Amino acid sequence: MNEIIRLSATELAAKLRAGEITSVAAVQAHLDRIAEVDGGEHGVHAFLHVNTEEALAVAAEVDAIRAAGGAEAEALHPFAGVPIAIKDLIVTKGQPTTAASKMLEGWMSPYDATVIEKIRAAKLPMLGKTNLDEFAMGSSTEHSAYGATRNPWDLNRIPGGSGGGSAAAVAAFEAPLALGTDTGGSIRQPGAVTGTVGVKPTYGGVSRYGAIAMASSLDQIGPVTRTVLDSAYLHELIGGHDAADSTSLNEPVPALIAAAETGASGDMTGVRVGVIKELQGEGYEAGVQARFDESLEALRAAGAEIVEVSCPNFKYALGAYYLISTSEVSSNLAKFDGVRFGTRVLPTEGPLTIERVMGATRAAGFGEEVKRRIILGTYALSAGYYDAYYGSAQKVRTLIQRDFEAAFEHADVLISPTCPTVAFELGSKVDDPLAMYLNDIATIPANMAGIPGITIPGGLSEGLPVGIQFLAPAREDARLYRAGAALEKLLEDKWGGRLLDQAPELSAATGGVA
Amino acid sequence: MSAISREDVAHLAHLAHIEMSDAELDKMTGELGVIVQAIASVSEAASADVPATTHPIALTNVFREDVVGETLTAEEALMNAPDSVDTRFRVPAILDGE
Repeated sequence: MNEIIRLSATELAAKLRAGEITSVAAVQAHLDRIAEVDGGEHGVHAFLHVNTEEALAVAAEVDAIRAAGGAEAEALHPFAGVPIAIKDLIVTKGQPTTAASKMLEGWMSPYDATVIEKIRAAKLPMLGKTNLDEFAMGSSTEHSAYGATRNPWDLNRIPGGSGGGSAAAVAAFEAPLALGTDTGGSIRQPGAVTGTVGVKPTYGGVSRYGAIAMASSLDQIGPVTRTVLDSAYLHELIGGHDAADSTSLNEPVPALIAAAETGASGDMTGVRVGVIKELQGEGYEAGVQARFDESLEALRAAGAEIVEVSCPNFKYALGAYYLISTSEVSSNLAKFDGVRFGTRVLPTEGPLTIERVMGATRAAGFGEEVKRRIILGTYALSAGYYDAYYGSAQKVRTLIQRDFEAAFEHADVLISPTCPTVAFELGSKVDDPLAMYLNDIATIPANMAGIPGITIPGGLSEGLPVGIQFLAPAREDARLYRAGAALEKLLEDKWGGRLLDQAPELSAATGGVA
Repeated sequence: MSAISREDVAHLAHLAHIEMSDAELDKMTGELGVIVQAIASVSEAASADVPATTHPIALTNVFREDVVGETLTAEEALMNAPDSVDTRFRVPAILDGE
């Protein structure tokens, strides 16, 4: 394997700045890796579109600026020239955006998302668009209209979802950085099951302008990387106020890189870590619980004060989440009606009216899970049920926020396993929506309350990655980086390297595990 | 909480503008029944005096100056349209002719 692709983004950026590697070579190494492991019947299939020409052109531009030196070279972003992959829910000029739906097959956005404008301004070459569950609805990437992504640790298993493509791309060394979106865990759960790092920022911390909306009061764009420090750099790059998003926080981005650098000492003296009683034990696999307990021991040995906190209303979080998110989905996806953009399907018989065209278009354009959630949301919002469902769910949201407020009186950060199990086998839950929804039990409360969360690799169970989640109060994203970088350092010292060093080699010949 | 019937699902599909075959309606009715049952406890969780939260971090009065900003050209707005005429989207009959 080409050594360039095994570097963290921070390491690669340093070599680019020092002139040891060119950006063109770095981009080409990742394109070669994508060509090697992503395609074929048993490939990872993390990418829906590979942006070869533009990525190489941006890389060449960065190389030319660096070679010329002077003020323009000085002004380059520290990560200029480091390639990145983009979840295909985020709109990009010049590349297709499908949301992994037939509804948007061939659609080209006439504008860039705000995070894409920032990535262009910083001159990070975009490698392409990554796979997801259709319109970000799912926990396995199996609900993509373009085929499932496979977990690089075991190609017969799911990479998580909805952002399985971004997580798998980073885990398979097809990209050092990626963007994801997290509505109920779609950055953190894939991060956990692929042994990578993923961050859901505070709601409003990163502009949502240009992220195709699933559930507007829950969605948040965030970084997908292999190290905590890489996430801090990417988070600072994409964060900040945006007038185009009326829910964007008009506040400076916190000092996340500094927090990650502080944490990297491994010292946790004086940090109070709250263990959420309700997010462990029953329902959590023994191997997941064991890695979680070891992480707590490592933190305690590093000086952290471990306290137990209780969040009694979390038992209602999953139900309330599915009422609120589907209600917002039913509204947000009403625009896909075959009139202004996307697919239009004509009814095969009967009168040709716009209403019947909409019905036929949405029947053909949406997959099963999307239809299920639109119907559930329409139900939750319909006359006679609104108070009992949507209204009650919004009250539960208040109760969850109160649980977090009480917990954070006793702790600086909270900790839990990121998800209750390791990656399950492809196909094993796709016909059981409820079993699929349970994957997000530990990640959903953060979205309901708007607080930030991070997942970092916590070790292996039966050869598959386990994720450890930290949560912090709203606007205190820096605490995640402090605690996350510390635990990362403590565990990597124990393992003698990164967790991904233990991942099986992906072979080109079979597209499978050698 | 009442159980969700096949007629309910057919009505919801109509409201949501999604055509469904008989087989789809049957499958959806069964699946939604299970999901609705599983989340029914939500309606008993909160008492009447708990306020609703619509947004996790509420912002109020997010205004900007009322001036024309950057907008898409008609050509850009129409570039993904399934059908258009001049500078407009074209759709089939809006009213049923029957």
